[in-house]
Amino acid sequence: MSEQRAIRIVVNGTAHDVSVEPRVHLADVLRHQLKLTGTHIGCEHGVCGACTVLLDGATVRSCLLLAAQADGCTIETIEGVAAPDGALHPIQSALAKHHGLQCGYCTPGVVMTLIELQRELAGRSIDETGVRHALAGNLCRCTGYQGMVDAALAVLNPSAEAQIEPTVAKRR
Amino acid sequence: MKPAPFTYHRPTSRTELFDLLGSLDNARVLAGGQSLMPMLNLRIAAPDHLIDLNAVAGLDGIELSNGILRIGAMTRQRAVERSPVVARHLPLLGEAMRHVGFQQTRNRGTIGGTIAHMDPTAEIPVVALAADATLVIESARGERSIAFADLSTGYLTTQVEPDEALVRIDFPVWPERHGSAFEEVTRRGESFAIVSVAVLVALDSAGRVARAAIAVGGLVEAPLRAEAAETALIGHSPDAGAIAAAAAAAATLPAEGDIYAPEDYKQHLAGVLTERALQRALARAGDDRHV
Repeated sequence: MSEQRAIRIVVNGTAHDVSVEPRVHLADVLRHQLKLTGTHIGCEHGVCGACTVLLDGATVRSCLLLAAQADGCTIETIEGVAAPDGALHPIQSALAKHHGLQCGYCTPGVVMTLIELQRELAGRSIDETGVRHALAGNLCRCTGYQGMVDAALAVLNPSAEAQIEPTVAKRR
Repeated sequence: MKPAPFTYHRPTSRTELFDLLGSLDNARVLAGGQSLMPMLNLRIAAPDHLIDLNAVAGLDGIELSNGILRIGAMTRQRAVERSPVVARHLPLLGEAMRHVGFQQTRNRGTIGGTIAHMDPTAEIPVVALAADATLVIESARGERSIAFADLSTGYLTTQVEPDEALVRIDFPVWPERHGSAFEEVTRRGESFAIVSVAVLVALDSAGRVARAAIAVGGLVEAPLRAEAAETALIGHSPDAGAIAAAAAAAATLPAEGDIYAPEDYKQHLAGVLTERALQRALARAGDDRHV
């Protein structure tokens, strides 16, 4: 199939002019054409959430969006989350601190989901049910949710940071 | 897996859209893509042409006029979920929307897409049936309206013809002091429903049930109205006996078993969820603070 479309997408602040086949989804363009392999692909039918990125500020499954549809859009991926000097985003630090990472495959999608949640909360607090509801769209096959939930509560409710100890430490 | 090759069309006007729909063979329209894209990725669907609705002007928006909530087919599910107009005038729709997929799919998925796709487990068609929604369908031949109840022609198939597109869903608004509730059971938290129930009720000045609408999804290929359950309520005091009678009636609706849930389990769920939904909806209808 030789049909190609020229698209322009801005990924993590950098504009890219890319030629794509219409049938190719955004996750593949990010990974194979732009070499941004932090966005992971799990199921390719919208169940697992590993490919979650922000499209014009809102989380989307990048396996359920044709790259051609993203023409003119702004995309944020896991590669754009840490500071330019490599300092981790507070959400990434909290996941590390609270053992919210196991094999790490689902982590990029989880981070993008929590970034959207943090922006929507705009400083308001959230409870465990709310965090679990938000994370429901990201499957973790290691069943490592407790650490993720602890991390999310700690970073989204900064005043609670002092009270929430990492789960592993709590169990000692 | 990747979709089979297709030609991609991105019309920007209704005229262009309906010209394409009227002239292309084996074409599919792409709305939010949250159901169609998996089918393309898995090659369950392999259209020769894909017509993307996302750039067509004027297909989205939420508007209340003359007691009817008019929602453009391309309105994102997340926009419906967060709409203050929906929350005030048809809270049932906002409540049900929170059960649709995940936030990441609701950001992209559309209300028209979920109705036109007619997945037996989808939540919004259940609300559309309970609320007596009317669908506005358009083509180069003109515009027509059909009742949501007449939309399904079997599993995943509808009355929408190949040259037509669903452009708007109209929900008649219930009186302000109605009550509503949505209940579902899923296999794991937020995911496809096995059975879902949408309930709307309104009380008269004596506190009896003046109106009741109950729809159950997941039993067969399209949602069913639980008419016997509605009859068991209307004109009665909304007490435990009336609720139990309605739930028992809902549990006798026909059901088809599938690999996850046998027929009698689905019928059991229809009864249990109808009871729960009625309890909440009736409490809300009787609560002056609930609007």
